[in-house]
Amino acid sequence: MGDTTAGLLTILTLVVVLALVHVPLGDYIAHTFTSERDLRAERLIYRLCGVSPRSQQRWTTYAVSLIAFSGVGVVVLFALCVLQPHLPLARGASMDVSTSFNTAISFVTNTNWQSSAGEAGASPVVQTLGLTIQNFVSAAVGLAVVVAVIRGLTRSESGTVGNFWVDLVRGTIRILLPLAVIGAIVLLAGGVIQDVAAPHVIQTLDGGRQTVQSGLVASQEAIKQVGTNGGGYFNANSAHPFENPNPFTNVVQILLMLVIPFSLPRAYGRLVGDRRQGYAVLGFMGVLWAAGIAVITWAEHASATNALGAMEGKEVRFGVWGSTIFAGSTTSTSTGAVNSLHESYSPLGGGGALTNMALGEISPGGVGSGLYGALIVAILAVFIAGLMVGRTPELLGKTIGRKEITYAALYTVVTPALVLVGTGAALALRTARSGLLASGPHGLTEMLYAYTSAANNNGSAFAGLTADQPYLNTTLAVAMAVGRFVPIIFVLALAGSFAAQRKRPHTDGTMPTHTPLFTGLMVGVALLVTGLTFLPALALGPLAEALS
Amino acid sequence: MASSSLTWRRQTIAAVRLLLVFTVLLGVAYPAAVWAVGRVGFHDQATGSLVRHDGRVVGSSLLGQQFTGPTWFHGRASASSYAGDTSGGTNLPESDPQLWKAATAMRKAAGSIGNRLPPDALTTSASGLDPDISPAYAALQAPQVAAARHLPVATVRHLVAQHTTGRTLGYLGEPRVDVLELNVALRALSETPQH
Amino acid sequence: MTSPTSTLLHSAGTSMPDAVRKFHPAHLYRSPVMFVVGVGSVLTTLLAIVHPSVFSWAITVWLWATILFANLAEAIAEGRGKAQADSLRKTRTSTTARRLGADGTTEEEVSAADLRQDDRVVVDAGGVIPGDGDVVEGIATVDESAITGESAPVVREAGGDRCAVTGGTTVLSDRIVVRITSKPGETFIDRMIALVEGAERKKTPNEIALGILLVVLTIIFLLAVATIPPLASFTGRPPTLVTLVALLVCLIPTTIGALLSAIGIAGMDRLVQRNVLAMSGRAVEAAGDISTLLLDKTGTITLGNRQAADIRVLPGVDAEQVHRWAQLSSLADETPEGRSIVTWTAQTLGTTADSPVDATVVPFTAQTRMSGLDLADGTSLRKGAAGSVCRWVEESGGAGVPEAMRAADEISELGGTPLVIATRQGDAPAAAVGVIYLKDVIKPGMVQRFAELRRMGIRTVMITGDNPLTAKAIAEEAGVDDFLAEATPEDKMRLMKKEQLGGRLVAMAGDGTNDAPALAQADVGVAMNTGTSAAKEAGNMVDLDSDPTKLIEIVGIGKQLLITRGALTTFSIANDLAKYFAIIPAMFVGLYPGLHTLNVMHLHSPNSAMLSAVIFNALIIVALIPLSLRGVRYRPLRADQLLARNLLIYGVGGVIAPFVGIKLIDLLVQLLPGM
Repeated sequence: MGDTTAGLLTILTLVVVLALVHVPLGDYIAHTFTSERDLRAERLIYRLCGVSPRSQQRWTTYAVSLIAFSGVGVVVLFALCVLQPHLPLARGASMDVSTSFNTAISFVTNTNWQSSAGEAGASPVVQTLGLTIQNFVSAAVGLAVVVAVIRGLTRSESGTVGNFWVDLVRGTIRILLPLAVIGAIVLLAGGVIQDVAAPHVIQTLDGGRQTVQSGLVASQEAIKQVGTNGGGYFNANSAHPFENPNPFTNVVQILLMLVIPFSLPRAYGRLVGDRRQGYAVLGFMGVLWAAGIAVITWAEHASATNALGAMEGKEVRFGVWGSTIFAGSTTSTSTGAVNSLHESYSPLGGGGALTNMALGEISPGGVGSGLYGALIVAILAVFIAGLMVGRTPELLGKTIGRKEITYAALYTVVTPALVLVGTGAALALRTARSGLLASGPHGLTEMLYAYTSAANNNGSAFAGLTADQPYLNTTLAVAMAVGRFVPIIFVLALAGSFAAQRKRPHTDGTMPTHTPLFTGLMVGVALLVTGLTFLPALALGPLAEALS
Repeated sequence: MASSSLTWRRQTIAAVRLLLVFTVLLGVAYPAAVWAVGRVGFHDQATGSLVRHDGRVVGSSLLGQQFTGPTWFHGRASASSYAGDTSGGTNLPESDPQLWKAATAMRKAAGSIGNRLPPDALTTSASGLDPDISPAYAALQAPQVAAARHLPVATVRHLVAQHTTGRTLGYLGEPRVDVLELNVALRALSETPQH
Repeated sequence: MTSPTSTLLHSAGTSMPDAVRKFHPAHLYRSPVMFVVGVGSVLTTLLAIVHPSVFSWAITVWLWATILFANLAEAIAEGRGKAQADSLRKTRTSTTARRLGADGTTEEEVSAADLRQDDRVVVDAGGVIPGDGDVVEGIATVDESAITGESAPVVREAGGDRCAVTGGTTVLSDRIVVRITSKPGETFIDRMIALVEGAERKKTPNEIALGILLVVLTIIFLLAVATIPPLASFTGRPPTLVTLVALLVCLIPTTIGALLSAIGIAGMDRLVQRNVLAMSGRAVEAAGDISTLLLDKTGTITLGNRQAADIRVLPGVDAEQVHRWAQLSSLADETPEGRSIVTWTAQTLGTTADSPVDATVVPFTAQTRMSGLDLADGTSLRKGAAGSVCRWVEESGGAGVPEAMRAADEISELGGTPLVIATRQGDAPAAAVGVIYLKDVIKPGMVQRFAELRRMGIRTVMITGDNPLTAKAIAEEAGVDDFLAEATPEDKMRLMKKEQLGGRLVAMAGDGTNDAPALAQADVGVAMNTGTSAAKEAGNMVDLDSDPTKLIEIVGIGKQLLITRGALTTFSIANDLAKYFAIIPAMFVGLYPGLHTLNVMHLHSPNSAMLSAVIFNALIIVALIPLSLRGVRYRPLRADQLLARNLLIYGVGGVIAPFVGIKLIDLLVQLLPGM
């Protein structure tokens, strides 16, 4: 069987499995957030935390809860990182203040950018007590936000958007935890390690020495993908054989990162009472996801004709297709796990991964964040083109007026601003430039990739960049925090103003938002906005490198 | 405003408590449960798919090792020399001349087969721990290894074929040869009397 | 006659001084997009002075031209209203008023400007009414051509729904006393002048929302362009400031930014052209969003008068004779119903009888509720409401009553009005001979209109005082979606609130004082100019032609306004793709010759490419002025069809057009020296 056939069959496998899974999972997610019943465990948690689960929050309170929870997460994680030499099982792991700050922000914002090597930076205590928890809850925060905005769309003249604590707990316990357990066991069976022994040095067959690492990897690996986090246990991330030992686990990992983002549109359709709305969004996500993989794979294939065969920075067991499908999925889901080195990709292949992130979290984006990102695109599409049917633009009966377009437009401007200003400033500063591995257009891409990854909460890297220095640690952390929470606040504000509106009925005069035409329009808007924003930067980076 | 600072205080207290609860549930109970499943059901995988030779652990079938000299099949070049305590690659793009220089050096080092080296032999992996090489690279090395070990080429070729893994389910991933397992088998073969 | 193009050229010429005046920074600031262009223009001007070159001067000139064209678009749009305002202003020239004293008899001469609300003024034939108000005494014919353009005089009388008069109109006959309802300086004409001139033009909600999007887009492009220097410096020399400004101006949505206010003004103007005054732009926009139309039956859906449609001949009577009797009995009947009976029978009989000599006309009275004719030969003919005529027949012991009543009931069920005809020879018993079917006649074209409205997703509800049976029949025939029978003003209000509670926007037309609350409650309330002041105050539009059917047109105009904005926004943003392909390779080809591959249009040189993009960017504004004034044509289609159509034209067209345009301009620009 040829590479191409095998690769296409791999994609087909992903599509078929997702097609089968998204229906029950999407329906289950919808049920989770509308159910009136609390599990016994949940009731216990609410009692322990002093939360009354039936109380409803206005969007502002919802946002306060979210920020408070994330803020506490940052403080605790920062403390764990800084204090790890004094904690058990430190094994020499330590981080300085700026690295700790960066790591804390990184994991709380669902970015999981790792400026320090996994093996050397974080001790098992930090990995499990700090990072693994944030892997769950940062994803659950994303779910909570999107659920709030969907409530805004479905409620009419209501002051509230739900209860953050309930959404957070349910998302964690009913959705992420079961999926993580299933994922972890499958990965375990596939060969991913889960061990508490200390790393041991062995004598190799040839008489040399090798350290065989150990750790609670399978449990972290599963939630790393399910929660679209991407922070690896080891520095090499999913390229490390202990994290991702074979093609089977590779496909499982790709599936795990795609499964919630691609199931959420179904849940959305259920919650708004019109499944077609969900499928329009799903189509939009699917088209961009497939296009991203197509571009990256095409670029790598084209460069594989030389002696190096595009194998630099790739593992033999995955080959080109197994790497590019992973790369396309990890950059389009905001996961950021890698099973190959994106920096060693061909200019257009790496540029494709970069563009995938620059699209924002929409194709299909991170857990929760993907759907709310896509809904923002829908709002922009409705607004720009919706006027063309001769009515005030509306989405699902909610008018896109002055307030709504302000929130949506500002949402759209945040990440590009962080990326462009961050990259521009870093390239102008000698300290930041000193971290670059490459020079010329590739060096520019390296820096651009870092800020794009941080601001879009992806976490993958052109890893040649030595980002573990105070300036980059700090500014990238700021990019991650602002790129995560400012858009979230705009989305929650949008949820609030939608909820307060009276729902308008659907008529033949309403612009339909469930048709293939609208899906196409959304794709057009997303590509145009990203293209127009990043084309100069892309021209100076990947395009210049590719064309010279 | 007093009410807003009250809101902040109350929400922050709830946040601290919930994080504590989650630390127990997700930070302790969840990994422990998966670990327990591993102990019971997947002991070999969970502990790193270790390879033994003569009762001694000589490595993990998942981790590549550094092999030198003509008597071994060689794995791919590793940015970390297969040390195992760190992982990672070179991060060099093809536009970087260093990469081509390194490739040329590898061709030279490979001697007579240098000009026929497949891509995986000229490049480094992402992890620096890639356990596999392509069947083409293994086939290329077989005659040299056979000669060095005074084994018939056909025997070594047979061994390579035995240790070649096809695509999973016929289409997932790439066909590959696990170098450590191959070399362990090779050594075992060398130690048993030849006929 | 002049062609539209030459009219536009003419108005462009006359509007040029205004356009130049609009260069004032305070004015530019109103449109953030154009303000950025202004700042860019100043910057390039300074650079061109310091480092003069053909290229930098050419860019500078075209940047200023971009602003000029934007100003021109607005000035032309405003200019159209100005002419109308001038003619209105003439009517306002200092009139004097004869104010009645508190005793109601003494008069004093005061200036119209000194009139206060509730003052009473006397206007005689030939006098100009000094302010808006209601006639409280007398009846007069009034020439309202100054505001409506309609030369036929109208009757205004105290009491009832035709009491409102407008300041500046002229009394032609008789004497009336008017109670002033407007404050000085806020008369209808004052407001009209302000509206058509666009002096008090407030941005509408959609316009504000769109403006925000344009500002944010501008910010994004500012960032994208501002980061080019550090990015380019990393690998080489950064592009010059002139080229950066050129790129920025090409990218920010100048096309829609330049035309946005012209589109708004032109939208209001389109209403004015149809003799509708919208009190706010918000109302015009709301018209596009209407999802329920409340329409009065009489005068809107049906002609004001019923017409004869059939005669049911009772058993045993000669049909032709009945028709002849019907005609004879109506010859003296001057009501429209009577006329229609004559017309109809003339068709069935083929002739019209002469008025019989020596016949006595029996006029209609409220007591008898029938009319007729007593012929010289002793034959009496009677025609009228079923009950009254049948009583007349029964009183003489005549026949045919049950049959007549049955026929009358049938007609009622069909939504018609029955008129029974009876005859009597001398003192013989009378006999009912036939029943005339007077029918509500749906105005021509209404059925198609309602079908169109349905396709547009607008629900129509017919409001009538008729009984439900009649109402249902007419509603079905006209094709409205629903009806409200035996409607009181309260019912109407209740219906409207119910619709609004369901999230629907409601439009209605009305004229009477009792319509005022509903007009105020409606999202779009169109008051008839013939109506009362109360109605005109309550509504947010006034139809000078007093044609309630115009509601439908108003909805179309509202939609057209929104479509035009959306279409040009889409076009403007889609344009950017081609501009990028022109400018990016031009900007960086010095740095990376390989980027020449991106020069898909094969433009002559980097300089000519950039200049061509800037020129295209400026000229496209001029090219789109006619469209923004005329508005994108609105077709009553379903929203998805409309979207597909407009997306193809303005979205796909917007991507393609500039590739062609920039290439063509480049062919000319390359002839310039220094390119």
